[in-house]
Amino acid sequence: MPHPVLELRSLSKEYPGHKAVNNVSLTLERGGFYSLLGPSGCGKTTTLRMIGGFEQPTSGDVLLDGSIVNNLKPYQRDVSTVFQNYALFPHLTALRNVQFGLRERRAKDSEPRALRALDLVQLTAKRDSLPAQLSGGEKQRVALARSLVLEPRLLLLDEPLAALDPKLRKQMRAELKAMQRKTGITFLFVTHDQEEALSLSDKLAVMNAGRIEQFGTPEEVYLRPATAFVAGFLGAINWFGKAGVRPESTRISRQLPAASECRQGAVESTLFLGNCVHVNVRLEAGDRVIAEVPREDNTFSEGETVWLHWQPADEMRF
Amino acid sequence: MKQRALGIYSAAALAFLHAPLLVLIAFSFNASRFTVWEGFSLRWYRAALTDPQLGEGLVNSVIIAVVSAVLSTVIGTMAAYGMWRRSAPLLSGTLYLSLVTPEIVTGVSLLALFQWIFRFLRLPLGLPTVIVAHVAFSIAYVTIVISARLRNYDRTLEEAAMDLGANEWRAFYRVTLPALTPAIAAAGLLALVVSFDDYVITSLVAGVDSETLPMVIYAMARRGVSPVVNAVSAFIVVVFGVLILISQRLQER
Amino acid sequence: MKLRSAFLLPARVWMALFFAAPLAIVCAYSFLTRGDYGGVEQPWTLENFTRLADPLYLAILWRSVWIAGLATALCILMGFPLALFISRAGKRKSLYLQLVLLPFWTSFLVRTYAWLFILRDTGLVNTVLTGLHLISTPLPLLYNDGAVLIGLVYNFLPFFVLPMYATLERLDPALLEAAADLGARPLAVVWRVIVPVSAPGIAAGAVLVFIPCLGAYLTPDLLGGGKSVMLGNLIQNQFTTARDWPFGSAASLVLMLASALLLSLLMRSRVAKEIM
Repeated sequence: MPHPVLELRSLSKEYPGHKAVNNVSLTLERGGFYSLLGPSGCGKTTTLRMIGGFEQPTSGDVLLDGSIVNNLKPYQRDVSTVFQNYALFPHLTALRNVQFGLRERRAKDSEPRALRALDLVQLTAKRDSLPAQLSGGEKQRVALARSLVLEPRLLLLDEPLAALDPKLRKQMRAELKAMQRKTGITFLFVTHDQEEALSLSDKLAVMNAGRIEQFGTPEEVYLRPATAFVAGFLGAINWFGKAGVRPESTRISRQLPAASECRQGAVESTLFLGNCVHVNVRLEAGDRVIAEVPREDNTFSEGETVWLHWQPADEMRF
Repeated sequence: MKQRALGIYSAAALAFLHAPLLVLIAFSFNASRFTVWEGFSLRWYRAALTDPQLGEGLVNSVIIAVVSAVLSTVIGTMAAYGMWRRSAPLLSGTLYLSLVTPEIVTGVSLLALFQWIFRFLRLPLGLPTVIVAHVAFSIAYVTIVISARLRNYDRTLEEAAMDLGANEWRAFYRVTLPALTPAIAAAGLLALVVSFDDYVITSLVAGVDSETLPMVIYAMARRGVSPVVNAVSAFIVVVFGVLILISQRLQER
Repeated sequence: MKLRSAFLLPARVWMALFFAAPLAIVCAYSFLTRGDYGGVEQPWTLENFTRLADPLYLAILWRSVWIAGLATALCILMGFPLALFISRAGKRKSLYLQLVLLPFWTSFLVRTYAWLFILRDTGLVNTVLTGLHLISTPLPLLYNDGAVLIGLVYNFLPFFVLPMYATLERLDPALLEAAADLGARPLAVVWRVIVPVSAPGIAAGAVLVFIPCLGAYLTPDLLGGGKSVMLGNLIQNQFTTARDWPFGSAASLVLMLASALLLSLLMRSRVAKEIM
């Protein structure tokens, strides 16, 4: 049985005053696209840096391909990082940037390999440009090529799309996914954007305050969240007492429905979102909930009394 | 408006700052040796160029300045880089102290040191002692220039280099050092000027055979004012001005 | 990290050998006695320090303090309006700063010599005044405290203007607007608002001028002749002509301590951290 490409065993990082990473354990299998998802300050970047070798764990182990690498420096690990600010060397052209790691290894064929990597990210035309002459998206692709050309066992990406505008982000997401499939290299992607994590990952780990709250496929994490935090972070959620129901599972009708669970409330406002409509309802008890309805059902008006109901199977309880 | 009154005053203040030097340079072209203008002449420049003492002083000053600038730039750059990676309060405190210590005190203390060493090593005062002294007070200037550049430098660039397989030394050599090159040149020029200009410390540790240009100028100024000194001064003003200007441009890159 | 320590090593060694050790030697010498041939020998004594309390030497110490103080006061008076003007100069700020710094980028010796050229008996001022028939015999402008004062102010004015400018630049313009709004005329705004608020900056600039003035050597030497002896001249004299190294060391120690004390006061203040 081959070793998992990455294993974190009870990994912790403590600073005077707070525990940035608290007893994190994780196993990643070869060839997958994984994500670490969580809000700012949850410890995901610190975890990534410990895998890359830029921080030392306070306790616990990092294993790459079955060997403990805690004491290995970044240049001794078969891991490569794509930094959030790309960290392209300003005095080198795109080609030389991509060649950097290969030249460090004294590879004889560094130039053709680098050119192939640039071709893979469709930047052959910019091979002689300096980073200052490249756009944000182009810099990101050079950074990616620079890491991929070394064919690392594991590629770490630290919020690489954060600095791009929304349209470019969506485009780059697709390209990243395609790149991972094509190269077969294991990707570990850090982000605070749940849509990104859900759309890209084979499996994702949701982190909060230094701990992993759940590690599972996008469906598992979205439909069967392990904790209230995961439920709330992955998408909007309506709380009916102890039961949580997603807006798209919350049905709304004017007559008392034939459902086992229902609540009455008054419509406060409706929000047209283009592909659907969000109806904001205030319940008798005072809580506010959102029901998502198709565009055609945009018939509810302010003040109307309505009934909200849902399938028991769609409930989430913690 | 208040600004206008301030403006008039400031013009006067700036005139005060610049006039003495302009006067000095103007009279270096005076045909007469007296402080009465008697026509344009280059005779004092010719006299300066042919004066053997000035020539020897210039040669010594250049040798000392170049050697000490090279040494202090290397040592100072390494120190600035080391302190940027990990704070070294004792060293940075010592360097700042060296900037503030009165030159006369630095000078006599080095004289005392060399005298003490002389008892064991028979090393007389001369070019080597001057160079050693100049390096000692120049390191702080170099460190300040390089540290200022490093403050704006992105640390993740070295991390990226290490991530791609370069060890700490290679990361410095291949990534950080190229970025520091303009600052290193600027610091070197500054060290050059600082060394060339020094009189106080040099006069104490120079010994008989290693007179520097400032020492020769000082002796001439003490003997009585000669327009030759004006000419040499004008020359120094221009050279220093150009070197410092280049140094500043390099730091802005 | 081994690499970082290696990088720090040359500077540490050089400063230890050629800055710290010499100062330690001077410190030790200040407690020893002058030998017959000008050397340094035992016994250990405090005599060098008590000797500094002699009226003769006390006068030198006192002169150093009051000349440095007066020079500092002049730099403040002359420099404050200049710094204020520059801080309000808008787009031309850096140009004016360059103009202030330009003379500074020449040789210290040349700058001091320039005043020698201007003030001596056959110098520029006397020649002009004689030519205009305003005087018949030259005025003794050189070789006195006044000449030293002019030289010091000329050389160290930028030392005050720059940090003062840095402080004034950070001044909140809303304060000035509020004062004007409450009826203060421009002069009152300066006197009652700007000066008090920027007082820490004034103090910092003053210390940056006072310390080098206190330890001045070349300026009193060239412009004061033998007539305006300051602490720096005393020290130089003891180490060369007089060959009394222990006494010179004691004087050096006093100067060092005074400078270090003032500097530590400066470094502790909040202002210093903003300026540096």
